[in-house]
Amino acid sequence: MLSFIIRRLLLVIPMALLVVTLTWVLIRAAPGSFYSSEKKLPPAIEANIKKKYGLDKPWYQQYGLMMGNILRLDFGDSLKYQGQSVNEIIKRHFPYSATIGLLAYILALILGLTAGIVAALKQNSAFDYGSMALAMLGLSVPNFVLGPILVLVFSLWLFIFPPARWGGLMALVLPVITLSMIYAAYIARLTRAGMLEVMRSDYIRTARAKGLAEWKVLLKHALRGGIVPVVSFTGPALASLLAGTVVVEKVFAIPGLGNIFIQAVLNRDEPLILGIVAFLSILIMIFNLAVDISYGFLDPRIRYE
Amino acid sequence: MKSKKLPDLKITASDIFVKYSDGKRRRKLKVMAENVEIVKGTSLWKDAWKRLLKNKLAVFGLIVMVIMVIAVSIGPAIIRWTTGFTADYIPSDVGNGELVSSFPPSWEHPMGTDEAGRDLLARVLQGGRISLMVGVISTIVSLIVGVSYGAIAGYLGGKIDNLMMRIVDIIYAIPYILVVIVLLSVFGGPNTPGWIAWLSEKFGGAGNQGLNQIFLLFFALGLVSWLTMARVVRGQILSLKNQEFVMAARATGVSTFGIIFKHLVPNALGPVIVYATLTVPSVMLTEAFLSFLGIGVQAPYASWGSLAADGIKNIAVYPWQLIFPGVTMALTLFSLNFLGDGLRDALDPQTRKF
Repeated sequence: MLSFIIRRLLLVIPMALLVVTLTWVLIRAAPGSFYSSEKKLPPAIEANIKKKYGLDKPWYQQYGLMMGNILRLDFGDSLKYQGQSVNEIIKRHFPYSATIGLLAYILALILGLTAGIVAALKQNSAFDYGSMALAMLGLSVPNFVLGPILVLVFSLWLFIFPPARWGGLMALVLPVITLSMIYAAYIARLTRAGMLEVMRSDYIRTARAKGLAEWKVLLKHALRGGIVPVVSFTGPALASLLAGTVVVEKVFAIPGLGNIFIQAVLNRDEPLILGIVAFLSILIMIFNLAVDISYGFLDPRIRYE
Repeated sequence: MKSKKLPDLKITASDIFVKYSDGKRRRKLKVMAENVEIVKGTSLWKDAWKRLLKNKLAVFGLIVMVIMVIAVSIGPAIIRWTTGFTADYIPSDVGNGELVSSFPPSWEHPMGTDEAGRDLLARVLQGGRISLMVGVISTIVSLIVGVSYGAIAGYLGGKIDNLMMRIVDIIYAIPYILVVIVLLSVFGGPNTPGWIAWLSEKFGGAGNQGLNQIFLLFFALGLVSWLTMARVVRGQILSLKNQEFVMAARATGVSTFGIIFKHLVPNALGPVIVYATLTVPSVMLTEAFLSFLGIGVQAPYASWGSLAADGIKNIAVYPWQLIFPGVTMALTLFSLNFLGDGLRDALDPQTRKF
């Protein structure tokens, strides 16, 4: 178990380096650069700036410099936000994304698990059909449509929640709901399918046969096996939520990391793009590792190699 | 022949008749039974179709999609014929000193008008063409790439498989938005490949830069959404490749290419079709998202995503400008998702996965 974790953690480093390398190649493959979109600078000044960021060196030296930076977890300064390091920017904007992301995931878990379990237990009932149709609706309404409609109804017509910006618990409600819907829908479908499969298995029949109370069968035996698919969805979902869902940040004017990333991509702010990509890929891999470890606790049949 | 009651017999037409090489059918079997019921052989696809028709939600999805496709293909022409509005027609009185150009829904404009005074229904229908085309073309691209990649990895196995799947893992970790932007900027403008220019010329006239960009977007979206397809196909091929028919094909000297694409891929088609129907709504959502960010479909062209993005700006004053394109798109995705779900249940009745 320990050696499994250590091996996987060691694998994170080369994988992250590869992801960053490919991203770098992609940025370099596109014609133009950060400076081609800004207004034309006098050549002497442009040369000076390029020197400061090491952009005057041949490409292999630039690549080496970048790799060195990443191994030291220091991504240098942003091109767009003058004088601010990439690390500062990530540190400043990540908490916003993380807060709404985490809250949205908790809400999605509560809604999705409840709906999924009840739907599975009462298969083919009105509740089953109703909640699954609702889940499908959740998967089908784009969040840039849902968000503004919620704002329209709850802020502009009913004046219950503030329409946008950061500040106070009330301001969190609408973005968190908007963000969580699609995940709640997905979790509900996964839970229902997982529970249906587990409830038909032999060990549930055994548990019932030995006379366990029905709630014990459900909570202690069925749920553990039934939520395995939910857990494998959790890793990538949580990482993408924490990284900030661009649309929700844009609609509600929240200064999160997702928006910063899109802006960086559009501005071709190379150090910032690479820094955020590295940060996110490490985050995703660590979440995936945590998910793989938790399988063992949920399903005793799964062994680590 | 009324002596004894013969047992009921269920046989298929092919038990009685044999088709000879000259194309004529000749009787090969004489049947003696009271009630001969000739059962038609049901293929996997006919069976699946029957099951699909029993699923009410899937049928609902199918009907909505058929209506949507018809509306989008002939709708703009009908509106033009009856009212004279087109997707980019700006009534002249709007330009002449009228202060407001966004009109709420009325008999003249069932969905209202947009910021510039254009009929929103015409724009939603016109935009639907691009949105639905994104769904179809991008899915076909992702099918071609994903199926070939997954099938080759699965059949060759071993180190090559391992390497190919690790590459997929790594591409997964690269933000697709970056890939789309790079593809659009590398192949955009003067570098547009000839065949994309040809396609957009067939669709709407030569030398149209905006249309070239949209067709490029179709392919770029396809090229970022094949990863899961590759995994699905690889899994199927892994379980198929050790079966007897593959061994037989190899023994008779079929080439590796032939085995993969003539023997294995057709047998893995069920899950591929199911996954493809679910890819359509997901690429449509991605296109809408990119258009929302201003990277996707650009004015004067419109898609449901870009129309909704325009509507968000005026949500407080002209809510219909978001609601109509948004609801049309949601309804389409809803139907496609139900159809995909229904297809999965129909083709694979044993396992009801999520």
